[in-house]
Amino acid sequence: MTEPTRMADDEEPGGTTADEAFDGAKITDGFTTYVVGLGLSALLTAISFFIVTTTLVWQPSIPVALVVLAIAQMGVHLVFFLHITSGPDNANNVMALAFGVLVVLLLIGGSLWIMSHLNHNMPAMDQMMRMQ
Amino acid sequence: MSSVQAVADDPHRLGHRQDTRRAGPSKRIVVGYGFWIFLLSDIVMFSAFFATYAVLADRRAGGPGGSDLFDLRNVGIETACLLLSSFTCGVASIGALRRRDWFYGAMAATFILGAAFLALEIREFAGLVARGAGPTRSAFLSAFFTLVGLHGLHVTAGLLWLLTMMAQTLAKGYRTDILRRMLCFSLFWHALDIIWVALFTVVYLLGVRS
Repeated sequence: MTEPTRMADDEEPGGTTADEAFDGAKITDGFTTYVVGLGLSALLTAISFFIVTTTLVWQPSIPVALVVLAIAQMGVHLVFFLHITSGPDNANNVMALAFGVLVVLLLIGGSLWIMSHLNHNMPAMDQMMRMQ
Repeated sequence: MSSVQAVADDPHRLGHRQDTRRAGPSKRIVVGYGFWIFLLSDIVMFSAFFATYAVLADRRAGGPGGSDLFDLRNVGIETACLLLSSFTCGVASIGALRRRDWFYGAMAATFILGAAFLALEIREFAGLVARGAGPTRSAFLSAFFTLVGLHGLHVTAGLLWLLTMMAQTLAKGYRTDILRRMLCFSLFWHALDIIWVALFTVVYLLGVRS
């Protein structure tokens, strides 16, 4: 009696069914993917840290360059580490990512926009004190 | 021929859900998708803290700013630790699937690098508080400690999860459900590195210039 149930328990979570397909190359493209991702990320990070300390670059361009480098590195992480690709299994993941990016942009951009207007319209603190 | 005829009779396969040839996505893909939704909602929460920080970054109340406080060498080492730990986590996820002899070594390396990151961050926080630049000093520092500390809490949770995964594979073996949990853990750990990229750029690198 105990033997068949134990077998069934082992079979369901433990046995590798064909449906799960853990051995396919599409799950992780292997070690080289991570090495390439690590190399690209290290390069982009090094450029970011170098560009802040150097005086070789036109100074006002540095914030824009940093943002571009950061977005590029996030892309590298998404593709090489999280395996968000354009494959058919990934269509839902990409759609969810697009929606997430939209919400993040609205949240950060909207907050900065509204708060800068509020700052602009509010009198300075010493003026407020004098008005009372 | 007969299957083509069956499709023509019933193009939408009504009432034939069980024996269709396309059985739907595997459980691994569904679990990965669900966890990806969670990660995106976590990133949305982080974006609210980023927005708070960006609004308050120049509210220093006469206190010290980023260029006085941040040590880029320390941040560089932290970044290297987290990036390398992301790599070793990837190696561990390969190890769990195909190269079982890599798994524990890569997981241990991930833990050590993550713990080193956390130790450096705690040391930095303690140093700031000791210099009188704690979270109560100004709105800028409140936002700084909240944002960076939230990431640190995520790393702490990730380290606990990492130990749990090592214990589970040790106790239960590389079962299919354990491997799905390992997939979720590696997604979580890589997402923390993505957030750190935004964090060291916005907070530290842009902060030292202000």
